[in-house]
Amino acid sequence: MSTATKPLALITGASRGIGAATAKQLAKQGYDLWLVARNPDLLADQAEECRQHGSSVTTKTLDLTDSQSLKVLFQELQKEKRLHHLVHCAGFMLDKPLMMTSLSELQHLYTIHLQATFQLCQLASRLMTRQRFGNLVLLSSKVASAGSAGQSAYSSVKASLTGLTLSLAKELGPVGIRVNAVAPGLIETNLTEHYSEEKKAELIEKIALKRIGQPEDVAQIIGFLCSPAASYMTGQILGVDGGFSL
Amino acid sequence: MTNTEKLQQTFATALAIDINRITDELAYNSIKEWDSTAHMILVAELEATFDILLDTDDIIDMSSVAESKRILAKYDLRFD
Repeated sequence: MSTATKPLALITGASRGIGAATAKQLAKQGYDLWLVARNPDLLADQAEECRQHGSSVTTKTLDLTDSQSLKVLFQELQKEKRLHHLVHCAGFMLDKPLMMTSLSELQHLYTIHLQATFQLCQLASRLMTRQRFGNLVLLSSKVASAGSAGQSAYSSVKASLTGLTLSLAKELGPVGIRVNAVAPGLIETNLTEHYSEEKKAELIEKIALKRIGQPEDVAQIIGFLCSPAASYMTGQILGVDGGFSL
Repeated sequence: MTNTEKLQQTFATALAIDINRITDELAYNSIKEWDSTAHMILVAELEATFDILLDTDDIIDMSSVAESKRILAKYDLRFD
C-alpha cells in the first residue's frame, strides 16, 4: 500500500497501555500514525515498534490539557491532507472517595477526559469533513455505566463521554464520520498497577472470564472499529470487560 | 482566481447552490441549504481552500458571507 493511500490515524496516550497497544494494532493493519503523548522517550520506543510494521510514524509530545498546543498539533496535521481515524486514549484514573476528592482534582479530570476530548473531536471532525469520511473512537470505561465506589469523579467524567459519543454520532453521521467508544473493564495498565493483589483477586472474581484484560484485548476492538468491517457502525459503546458487566 | 472568487466558489460548493446566489447578504439559516450540516461542510471547505485552521470563536461568528470575509481577513486574506 503506498503512503498516499494509507489511512492515517491519530492516537493520543500512545506511549503506554491501551494507546500503545492500539498504535501497534493499527500499524499491523497498515495505517500511518501520528502518536501523541507527554513522555517523549516512551513515545519514541512505541514509534520504533510501529515502524517495523511499515507504518510512517510521526510523534508529538504534548499535554492535551493545553488547548493551544492542541490547535498547533492540528495546524501541523492538516498539512498531511488526510485524517481517517482519531483514537483518544489519553487519560488518568482517580481512585478517591467523594469526601477526599478536591474540586481541583475534579476539574483536572474534567479537562483531560471531557474538555480535551471535545476539542479533539472539534478539530478532527473538521479535517475529516473535508474528505467526507472519518472515524472517532473514544475511551469510556465500564464504571461509566456501572459506577464504582471510590471513583465518583472518574466514573462521572467517563459517563459524560456516552452523551458525547451518541450526540456526535448523530451530528457527524451526515458528513460521513462515525463515532464510537469502547468501555474497558479491568485492564492491566499503568492506571491499575497500584491495585493490590487482594483487590485484583476480588475484582477477578466478578469477571465472567476470570482474568484481567490486557491492553491488546481493547486494542483489537479499536482495530475493528477502525476497519472497513465497522463501516456501518456508529453511536455504540462497546464493553471490553470480560463479562464484568454481566 | 481571486480570493473573492475562491470564497464564492467554496460557498457554492459547500451549500450546493448556484454561485450567483452567493451575495454578501446571504446568511446562515436564511435559506434551507445553509443549515447546520452545510455550515460544518462550509467551515471545512473554507479551511481547505485557504489552508487555514479557524478559531472556534470565528466559526461561531461566521454568520453571513460578509462576516466570513471579515473573519477570513484576520488570517491575512484579502477580499477586494
